[in-house]
Amino acid sequence: MDKTLDHPINPIDDFTFIGADNISQIDEVYEEDSFWKQLVKRVMKNKGSIFGFISITLIIFMALIGPMISGYEFDEQVAGHESMAPRIPILENFGIFDGTETLKTSTGELEVNKYEVIEGGEEVYHWFGTDVLGRDLFTRTWEGTRISLYIALVAVVVDVLIGMTYGMVSGYYGGRIDNIMQRSVEVLNGIPNLVVVTLLIIILKPGLMSITLAIAITGWIGMSRVARASMLKLKESEYVLAARTMGAKDLTIMYKEILPNIFSQLLIMSMFSIPNAIFTEAFLAFVGIGIPVPMASLGSLISENFKSLTTHFYMIVPPVVVLALLMLSFNLLADGLRDALDPTMKEV
Amino acid sequence: MKKYVLKRVLMSVVTLMVIVLVLFTLMQLLPGSPFNDERLSIEQQQVLMTKYGLNDPIPVQFFRYVKNMLTGDFGKSYTISKDTDVSLLLQNRLPISLLLGGISIALGSVVGLFLGIAAALKHNSLLDSAATFLSVVGVSIPSYVFALGLSYYFGFQLGWFPMLYSVSDGLLAFALPAVALSMTVMATVARFTRTEMIEVLSSDYIQLVESKGVSGGHLIFKHALRNASISIITILGPLVVSLMTGSLVVEKIFSIPGIGQLMVQAIQSNDYNVILALAFVYSALYIFVMLGVDIMYGVLDPRIRLAKEDSNG
Amino acid sequence: MTKEKILEVRDLAITFKTSAGSVRAVRGVDLDLFKGETLAIVGESGSGKSVTTKAIMGILSNNGTIESGTILYTYEDKSEKVTKNLLDLSKKQMRKTINGKHIAMIFQDPMTSLDPTMSVGNQIIEGMRTHYNTKKKEAQEKAIELLRLVGITDPEARMKNYPHQLSGGMRQRIVIAIALACDPDVLICDEPTTALDVTIQAKILELIHDIQVKTGISVIYITHDLGVVAKVADYVNVMYAGKIVEKATVNEIFYEPKHPYTWGLLLAMPDLETNPDKLVSIPGNPPNMAHEMEGDPFYPRNPYALHIDKKKEPPLIKVSETHAAATWLLSEKGPEYSLPIELQQRIERMREEDRVYGTE
Repeated sequence: MDKTLDHPINPIDDFTFIGADNISQIDEVYEEDSFWKQLVKRVMKNKGSIFGFISITLIIFMALIGPMISGYEFDEQVAGHESMAPRIPILENFGIFDGTETLKTSTGELEVNKYEVIEGGEEVYHWFGTDVLGRDLFTRTWEGTRISLYIALVAVVVDVLIGMTYGMVSGYYGGRIDNIMQRSVEVLNGIPNLVVVTLLIIILKPGLMSITLAIAITGWIGMSRVARASMLKLKESEYVLAARTMGAKDLTIMYKEILPNIFSQLLIMSMFSIPNAIFTEAFLAFVGIGIPVPMASLGSLISENFKSLTTHFYMIVPPVVVLALLMLSFNLLADGLRDALDPTMKEV
Repeated sequence: MKKYVLKRVLMSVVTLMVIVLVLFTLMQLLPGSPFNDERLSIEQQQVLMTKYGLNDPIPVQFFRYVKNMLTGDFGKSYTISKDTDVSLLLQNRLPISLLLGGISIALGSVVGLFLGIAAALKHNSLLDSAATFLSVVGVSIPSYVFALGLSYYFGFQLGWFPMLYSVSDGLLAFALPAVALSMTVMATVARFTRTEMIEVLSSDYIQLVESKGVSGGHLIFKHALRNASISIITILGPLVVSLMTGSLVVEKIFSIPGIGQLMVQAIQSNDYNVILALAFVYSALYIFVMLGVDIMYGVLDPRIRLAKEDSNG
Repeated sequence: MTKEKILEVRDLAITFKTSAGSVRAVRGVDLDLFKGETLAIVGESGSGKSVTTKAIMGILSNNGTIESGTILYTYEDKSEKVTKNLLDLSKKQMRKTINGKHIAMIFQDPMTSLDPTMSVGNQIIEGMRTHYNTKKKEAQEKAIELLRLVGITDPEARMKNYPHQLSGGMRQRIVIAIALACDPDVLICDEPTTALDVTIQAKILELIHDIQVKTGISVIYITHDLGVVAKVADYVNVMYAGKIVEKATVNEIFYEPKHPYTWGLLLAMPDLETNPDKLVSIPGNPPNMAHEMEGDPFYPRNPYALHIDKKKEPPLIKVSETHAAATWLLSEKGPEYSLPIELQQRIERMREEDRVYGTE
């Protein structure tokens, strides 16, 4: 600490005034990174969100190539290949995933390997096994993941198109418009989503289109609240007033002046709405009003294979794991984003 | 407070009316009439239509519908159990679901509150990280995944708990489904409580309370939790919704004869009357809970409770 | 007359762990508080003045650690003098034996420092009930008395009110009543008037002064406003970047300031005579305490900086029994200097006023 030891003080020099130029070098300049650079930097600090990001990337990658590399079609029912346990090359040599499964029968436990029974079974590999109809589960799982990812995309688009716009308009114009818009949301919010979605699907017949619509109708309310609240806070600020006195139009103020400043909150909110939407789809499938067979979604796979839970447990594992991982990852990423961008924000 | 409650009640009634209107409209839109039976001739159908008032003007039918709904007359089931009054089906099943839901929400909130408070008090400790991780997992993983896991492991593999519901098991039959359902509640409550408590604990007024020399349970419960609870109870609404959806699936997995399972059956067999009745019941239940939350909000927060007296005088 | 020392802080150092690294908020602070007197701690925001008093109260936030130092507090227990190092006490012991009972605190913002869900009456009696198990009735009577003492009209009715029903000035009076509820020996006021309207500020200051006269309580007054200091303080400690840079009696601070930072503070205080053009602010910003500092932290803003300031932080150099300042200007080897002209004129005017109106 004591610098005198290193370089002896020259008493004459040291006790003289530095002079007027001393104060010139005052304010420290803090270099500011761009929004995205800061975002990446801060998110990278959070282990959870890195995990989320990587696993989402992996899942997306698998969803893209998975159905292509297995050698089976998602709706292809191979005769004789029903209910086969997972068998994976290389790993099978270690005594795991070699196609054997233990069946519980009335007389006790029985170990079987269907790959040894069927004709040409030596050359057959079903990495995740097959379902009771002989469809390859690896293909179906990743095919189903595509649906869930599509739903995630829908959720974000809906959030942005409907939720954000609704909230911003309601907050910006205020007064009677806001009042009417908010009362309507309150009424809509008073109906449990479960009811809205089931009723909708009954009228529209199950299918991807009606699921999309169901998410569109119910998914945006949270976002609209956040957008409105942020808008209310910002619209009175000086810089917006300045823009208005300069003659900026409402639309310009909303999208050019205010939107960039509430962007982080909206980003976080839309990330949080993704797991909700994915869950809604999986739930609908499980209840039996999801996408129709032979198409697959993670939810419908869980629902189908649930019937074989006690006989062929392996069937339900892949879709459950992927679904849980997907939702967990999106939540972790959203958490990380919130901590990085706006730690005080609460999600409801 | 009076005016506040009145406003909330009015809002609830309006919402309920909108729902009834929607349900009624759906009735009209749904394919086929209840008497689409091929064995009936057109004349016979007409007679039946007149008998049940289906040829009356729409507004008359609507008011009759509203009256029926409010008096618990939901018509008859078409397919699930032919010609049984839907209200009879509900009578047997509603208590089971309410019990299951009640247990889950009580279990989940108590554990969740405890976890959340502990995490907030030991902010940035190992306990905090563990609680946070647990709640992220709980929020992320749908309750039916828990249900499947519990059912397979504790029900099937270990055989500790009944895998399927049966009346003879009594409350034990609710063990696994209640735990599965309460996971989401627990996680959400823990997460929210933690955030709120951390915020409250760092507030100026807690510092003042501390500087008075008040500490321990008195500080945590009388001041911190009391203030945090104003925000915490707002998640009760979303929680009830997630419990409802969760119960549909969980009741199916454990074959619990509640309204959730009934809803799934009704959806799968297109039993419209049952679906509409359940939609009404679910909505009414939800609206009732939301009303309760709003009123509790007023009770807990003197700023709302006393708002009226101030402006009056 | 020998003065009774009630609180003695020595070499207090506090570090906060933040996401931006460790922040050395307080770097070796010494304070002395005597019975019945008022000590003012003056400094810019971030100078560590609030942190110091929070350490005395034992209400530092969890990420703050006390690196070194002692806080010796002397009090009478059954007519016997007891001295304790407050830093040795656990949080629980602090709450039980010291907080409220011996040392109480008033916070900056009355709008946020009362619990919104509890009636003011209950908030006042809470301390008495915790510390002395006072019967509810008795406590309530004392609370009403306290409310009267802090100048609240119709105290019986106010007892049942909730904070949101009262104005800012009223709330600060309530906070004072809460602080006084258990008859403490030391009252720490953390900028108690900053958040209030100017007219109410004066009333609250007077109130605290009156209470001091009536009860003989010692007061630590944290402020950045030298105007307030002039009104209330006996002693003044000027803090900068986590250290005390000048300590003196109130007269010495105003008439014979020794530290260039104090000069800056005095010059930044407007009075009627000053030419608004000449009202100078201290250039630059307080240093970032997360960075390791070399030399005097004030030198980049100091027009009187010496070359040595860049290398070595000056120690407190004594000017008189009661006066010391941490600046190399006071060193024997220090150069000749004179106060800024503006300040000389200002001091002259103050002396003039003092002669005319007399001291309080």
